[in-house]
Amino acid sequence: MQLLVCISKVPDTTTKIAFVENNTKFSESGVQFIINPYDEWYALVRALELKETLGGTVTVINCGKADNEQIIRKALALGADDAVRIDLDASDAMQVAVNIAAFAREHTFDIILTGKETIDYNGGVLGAMLAELLDLPYISLASKLEVQGDVVTAEREIEGVKEVVEGKMPCVISAQKGMAEARIPNMRGILASKTKPLQVLPAVTAENTVHVNAFSLPADKGGCKYVDPENAGELITLLHSEAKVI
Amino acid sequence: MILAFVETAHGTLKKTALEVVQFASGLGEVTALALGSIPDTELAKLGQAGATKVLHIADEALNGMYSRAYTKAICAAAGQVHADVIVMSHSSTGKSVAPRVSVRMQCPLFAGVGALPENGSMRKTVFSGKAFADLAYQGGKAVISINPNSITPVLSDKAATVEPLACSFDDRDFDYTIKQTIDESGGHIPLPEAEIVVSGGRGMKGPENWGPIEELAQLLGAATACSRPVADVGWRPHHEHVGQTGITIKPNLYIAIGISGAIQHLAGVNQSKVIVVINKDPEAPFFKAADYGIVGDAFDVLPKLIEAAKKLKQSA
Ligand SMILES: Cc1cc2nc3c(=O)[nH]c(=O)nc-3n(C[C@H](O)[C@H](O)[C@H](O)COP(=O)(O)OP(=O)(O)OC[C@H]3O[C@@H](n4cnc5c(N)ncnc54)[C@H](O)[C@@H]3O)c2cc1C
Ligand SMILES: Nc1ncnc2c1ncn2[C@@H]1O[C@H](COP(=O)(O)O)[C@@H](O)[C@H]1O
Repeated sequence: MQLLVCISKVPDTTTKIAFVENNTKFSESGVQFIINPYDEWYALVRALELKETLGGTVTVINCGKADNEQIIRKALALGADDAVRIDLDASDAMQVAVNIAAFAREHTFDIILTGKETIDYNGGVLGAMLAELLDLPYISLASKLEVQGDVVTAEREIEGVKEVVEGKMPCVISAQKGMAEARIPNMRGILASKTKPLQVLPAVTAENTVHVNAFSLPADKGGCKYVDPENAGELITLLHSEAKVI
Repeated sequence: MILAFVETAHGTLKKTALEVVQFASGLGEVTALALGSIPDTELAKLGQAGATKVLHIADEALNGMYSRAYTKAICAAAGQVHADVIVMSHSSTGKSVAPRVSVRMQCPLFAGVGALPENGSMRKTVFSGKAFADLAYQGGKAVISINPNSITPVLSDKAATVEPLACSFDDRDFDYTIKQTIDESGGHIPLPEAEIVVSGGRGMKGPENWGPIEELAQLLGAATACSRPVADVGWRPHHEHVGQTGITIKPNLYIAIGISGAIQHLAGVNQSKVIVVINKDPEAPFFKAADYGIVGDAFDVLPKLIEAAKKLKQSA
């Protein structure tokens, strides 16, 4: 079975967010970058598990510049067989989708996995774009994924409902919590990752469809208003007549 | 013309339906599109938020979400009314469908925006609620998905006219089958749609102590949520887990009880309009993000809140 896992590079979850160049660019100084948690913990680990039980290969793909190779090597250390980096300063989901689709068309994949969303730009849209570009079924927000023959069974956790969905490969699937348990690379994996193939491909031309004019930070809260615990019921009054939310 | 794709469930409009129409009516004249089995009387209500017309494809095969069939339906409706802009919710359905529509119609996708365009851009939250990005938009063709609970509908007493729309589907449009749908909300409001959320963390000590949280939630008409460790150890179901790796919510009121306020937890809740924190540790980081706080033991504070909420309900 041939699996393709799309991984993106995001700032570590504890990063203090700041912007530079007149609030048009995210400040990367001192920022630790990681593989987007949904991509690593769920999509990649489940792909590795499927390969371990059913055989095949796991390829990871990332659209980004050369400094992304550190996170790509981590994916290889976790057990991916090979990696592709498309040399693109990725800021637009459509551009990324067009590029990954172009690569996927040249190869044969049974399942293409993405994370449910990136924790920086919070789009959550790349998987569906890929599916449309490749004319494939798309099963989003899967918290469980099983494969039998050419049939995939997924559970989707959506707005208070769990849906059990059955589809056929090839398909695109976006992964969320529940699909697998995060792994930590072992020493052998780390050593092996240094020599596993990492192919760098030029980007195909694709229009940048969405531009960010400026970033900003939310205004500071006016500070916390404390209610005496002995008189806690007062809180309900405040929420009703002052904040007007109940 | 603006096309507002609205979602329905079990023959009624979802809460996001009016939000989507309200947003769309800020951009121009609105035709709404609804799919699946739903009475015309229910659809006519979309007029209250500004839709003049509702197109309805009543095919019951569309009661489940099939992204390819939905995409075909939306593109057909957009063609029929010559829509430049298509608006939908950034819900699980919108996330599966809007990107397809944007590819098929070859127009840019503005995903997860929270407000109408202003000064040549549309604002969306990024970095899990820690910042905003203003996306350049000067008008023109676009697919826009809006965050649930970010637009407040202003309702009139107008009714929309409902017209059937014909659209033919083939097997390829239904490229998976929905085998089973399990309602996990226990009849409660789904978390992402809830306006009030009462949430508990590790400070609640154990699953047996959730009674008061549920009681308070019920009195306030709220949904319940929890922090990640609470879901990880199985005190609460996984679908209640909010935060960076769980779900993101934007209720009007978020009440956090016995939750420390780790940055990854805040990422899922910091877009709430009002945040209340109840924690026995005055140094808990969550107080920095709070509008109202009580420094105290949850087990003493909760009964007092429940009593006050009961009184409020009686007086209402
Ligand atoms: C990559 C990553 C992703 C993560 N994603 C998430 C996520 O999505 N969501 C999430 O929630 N966490 C997430 N976490 C975990 C997060 O860092 C915290 O560990 C977690 O949120 C803590 O949960 P808690 O507040 O319930 O528990 P604790 O941090 O243990 O806090 C318990 C709080 O309860 C208070 N307390 C104790 N007893 C009482 C009492 N009787 N009355 C009142 N207060 C009391 C304590 O003072 C304390 O502040 C993530 C972590 C990482 C590294
Ligand atoms: N630059 C990228 N390279 C490879 N995969 C990506 C990239 N950006 C996003 N993805 C994948 O698409 C998913 C959804 O991203 P997004 O739609 O940008 O929120 C992520 O979880 C990744 O799996």
